[in-house]
Amino acid sequence: MRHDTTYTFLFAGAVCVVCAILVSSSAVSLSELQQINATLDKQKNVLLAAGLASASEKLSAEEIQQRFGNIKALAIDLETGEVAAGIDPSSFNQRKAAANPETSRVAPPNLSVIKRLPDHAVIYHVLDESGDVTMMVLPIEGYGLWSTLYGFLALDADTKTIRGITYYEHRETPGLGGEVDNPNWKSLWPGRVAFDDSGKPAITVMKGQAGSPEQDPHRVDGLSGATITSRGVTNMLQFWLGENGFAAYLEKFRAQQRHKGMAQLRSDFPLSDDGSANLRLYGSAARRLKRSTALQLNGSTDQRI
Amino acid sequence: MPAPAKKALLDPLLENNPIALQVLGICSALAVTTKMDTALVMCGAVIFVLTLSNFSISMLRNQIPASIRIIVQLTIIASLVIVCDQFLKAYLFDISKQLSVFVGLIITNCIIMGRAEAYAMQSSPSMSVMDGIGNGLGYSVILLATAFLRELFGSGKVYGYVVFADVNQGGWYYPNGIMVSSAGAFFIIGLFIWVLRTFKPDQIEEQE
Repeated sequence: MRHDTTYTFLFAGAVCVVCAILVSSSAVSLSELQQINATLDKQKNVLLAAGLASASEKLSAEEIQQRFGNIKALAIDLETGEVAAGIDPSSFNQRKAAANPETSRVAPPNLSVIKRLPDHAVIYHVLDESGDVTMMVLPIEGYGLWSTLYGFLALDADTKTIRGITYYEHRETPGLGGEVDNPNWKSLWPGRVAFDDSGKPAITVMKGQAGSPEQDPHRVDGLSGATITSRGVTNMLQFWLGENGFAAYLEKFRAQQRHKGMAQLRSDFPLSDDGSANLRLYGSAARRLKRSTALQLNGSTDQRI
Repeated sequence: MPAPAKKALLDPLLENNPIALQVLGICSALAVTTKMDTALVMCGAVIFVLTLSNFSISMLRNQIPASIRIIVQLTIIASLVIVCDQFLKAYLFDISKQLSVFVGLIITNCIIMGRAEAYAMQSSPSMSVMDGIGNGLGYSVILLATAFLRELFGSGKVYGYVVFADVNQGGWYYPNGIMVSSAGAFFIIGLFIWVLRTFKPDQIEEQE
């Protein structure tokens, strides 16, 4: 059948309009549900990194939200490490922020192929019943072999001991680099120490097998057949724990904890009227302070006690 | 059911299977068959898109100008795929995450364009729907069988339930790594084609 040009154009236009209406109405009407799914997925991954949920569990939306109850999201300024008051952590999108020149800067050359660094990042504090931070979950990302891996790293409140790691998005080869999702590999992480004694990020994924966390605190088994993905994991941890990543924040957090510890010591360890210390209380206060500042990078606080 | 409709519906299952005989849609058959649940959702998505694209293209077959017919077909297929992808993201988020780009890649699945161009452009809407469902099921049969074998031997599970206890989790079964990689799907689909052509020698291509 032959059609003239005008008909062809009109037909093409009509098809476009109908298809556009179909696509946009489905996208708009479903976007709210998709948003909820994306948020839940993120929360679930924070729980996974923190070890508060396991990958084999099928969690309902309510369960995720209930477990997320004692987790507090904080938007922080990456450069200063301060909490950024003007930013809503629940709606902050790090990828969008990194793409926008107004809220990001060009990243210094790095092995993780991170091109732009956002000014802010959202981190999560896991709180205990009394509201003290027991763990923090930091977002990490970096290039592996085929793709950028996005995930979370959970650190203990001592800012040094790793409590868990998880990736929620990547396109590495299933069975090889994709084994970053393997629960057995992830279970090798808790207890490792992210920094060396001088405070430099020291954690690496090595080739071959590492010892137990006690004997071999800075190394984790490599993924066999996935040297480049393993290297990518090392690179991104070095980057995000380093000066361009969360170093400023971690320093601030440590200072706060020290401050808290000292205040606690002063209240537990009051000077009596004659100026002499109440020695009975000394032991318990010192133990508490030691707990909160033990394993800190400079290690000087607990030595001073 | 009248004979031609039945033929359109059932022929693609074994007689004229889109994967085994026409060797179309292999890309996604390799990619989404490591587990049965992803394969099942993918099959649903393909049946949905294929049926509706066949139907709408058949409805428009006398109106579509010949000079732009391919792009019109593609526009319709692409729109249906996007709608389908949006639904999966809203209602089956976990699986849609695992399927990732492969739902989007249904657009380029040769089965869909192939049926639109070869069948729906010449046939009535009702027959085209039958053909769409039939070819979708033909694709699904191979996909699910492949996924069953790959999941069973690759991770010792069937539809997520442990059948062979994995040695990494304290069981006895050493997972077969090749089943998890795409090459495993090639072997399985190759074996299917071999078996099918042994029983149906008329499917064997002539030597060139």
